[in-house]
Amino acid sequence: MGKVLMKGNEVIGEAAIHAGCIYFFGYPITPQSELVAYMAKRLPEVNGLFLQAESEVAAINMVYGAASAGVRVMTSSSSPGFSLKQEGISYLAGAELPAVIVNIGRGGPGLGNIQPAQSDYFQVTKGGGHGDYYTPVLAPSTLQEIIELTSEAFRIADDYRTPVILLGDGMLGQMMEPVEFRGIEEKEFKEKDWATSGTEGDGPPRVITSLDLSDIKLEERNNRLQEKYSMIKKQEIKVDSLYTEDAEYIVIAYGTVARMVQSAIEKAREEGMKIGLIRPVTLWPFPSEVISRISEDIKGILAVEMSAGQMVEDVRLAVEGKTPVSFYGRTGGVIPSVEEIYEAIMKLGKGVTA
Amino acid sequence: MKQELIIAGFGGQGVMSMGQLLAYAAMKEGKEVSWLPSYGPEQRGGTANVSVVISDSKFGSPVIDRPTSLIALNNPSFLKFEPLVKEGGDIFINEDLVTVQSGRKDVTVHLIPALTVANELNEQRTAGMVILGAFITKTGILKTESLLAALTYLLGKKKDHLIPVNRQAIVRGEKIIKKALSSIN
Repeated sequence: MGKVLMKGNEVIGEAAIHAGCIYFFGYPITPQSELVAYMAKRLPEVNGLFLQAESEVAAINMVYGAASAGVRVMTSSSSPGFSLKQEGISYLAGAELPAVIVNIGRGGPGLGNIQPAQSDYFQVTKGGGHGDYYTPVLAPSTLQEIIELTSEAFRIADDYRTPVILLGDGMLGQMMEPVEFRGIEEKEFKEKDWATSGTEGDGPPRVITSLDLSDIKLEERNNRLQEKYSMIKKQEIKVDSLYTEDAEYIVIAYGTVARMVQSAIEKAREEGMKIGLIRPVTLWPFPSEVISRISEDIKGILAVEMSAGQMVEDVRLAVEGKTPVSFYGRTGGVIPSVEEIYEAIMKLGKGVTA
Repeated sequence: MKQELIIAGFGGQGVMSMGQLLAYAAMKEGKEVSWLPSYGPEQRGGTANVSVVISDSKFGSPVIDRPTSLIALNNPSFLKFEPLVKEGGDIFINEDLVTVQSGRKDVTVHLIPALTVANELNEQRTAGMVILGAFITKTGILKTESLLAALTYLLGKKKDHLIPVNRQAIVRGEKIIKKALSSIN
């Protein structure tokens, strides 16, 4: 169909439809409202169902219901609204239900503002709700990558029976770039033999629940979840790298920030600095091994985020002191400029660590 | 070739649409492009701006710290972004609305009487096209035909009677720049 010019939020919607998701339950909040609006317009055209819920809490519980019935389903929000969904996400994880939840992050804490931010990293990568669970987190940095990762999000959700988070920020949601919906075929999905879609008397009733009053049984469920998370860690880590072959220093950044970092790195390389970029594409599971390995051969790492320093904690855990790790970040919806990042990179070269 | 352009003005002056036209035209020419709007509270009653990066090759940041070109449609926008323009860059201002002057000697300021021209064409809404005509002529980043094709697409069939007057507006912008350039040379 060739290239089209779309907003990031709309790209997510269309990519979800291409991935076979025709059920959406949402609630508007800036800067992701265009996604809700897009689904309201598009889903009736593909015989799907769009429902604007009365709240984020209602929407996530509708997702629980649809996922139980075995269909591909999505909801979306932005930071404050995403916080409201945490209880529901914990229930989805406990009941082992596949679903995709989009968070187009904005400045916080609290009501914060509507500008782009990456300050929900802890929340998305460390569980977010109550109980021992993780959700895979995919973080696209371009609009074209949204298409690929939205499709991946649904695949991972189905393969492992888990909620998956697609994490962007206001910039990614609001900007336009040409995209191409290429190479996406209509796939036959695996039959969900656990779904509560009606057995018609054939076999025992199917039950979806996160409740287990027996401690031993609940521990078994937890063990099963942990095994699943080990599998995901083994098989689903995605990471991108640029200019790392000759690099003496590495910058680690994800999502849109990685793009400003790329421009800053290219400027620094023009000055003769040997510096590369590692961009985690999955934030959980985190590409710890890649970072651990490279940290043995380099002089230092700089983590750049639109937060006060959240991902940098995972970087430090991966590096285990093998090389100095410094941090540069802006908060409150401020986008770090290429110039600022460049200066932080040049400081790194002089051995100054934050 | 790469252009990092900021278009700024009051909400309602067509800032976002002008950027969208360029982005669409650039896509049709097979160039790399990004369109990033300001979507903050400043849009309400204040200034709106959009950052458009157009490049022959892949680029990183869609955020522009130092624009190579600025299109300023009102005084506050001019005052905000004029100091940021890169050395050797171009500033295109709507002369009918921007009354302050640039003190910079290291950039070229193009005074475009966009509203006057648009009124002469009996279609005030073409003011933006006059400036875009000037911008693509000076920078050589896009072809006039691509811009018109973008407009044809974005206006849709129902409004295609507006294409000729928009073409005239682009040509007028082109002429203003060519005349200014020949008087310098």
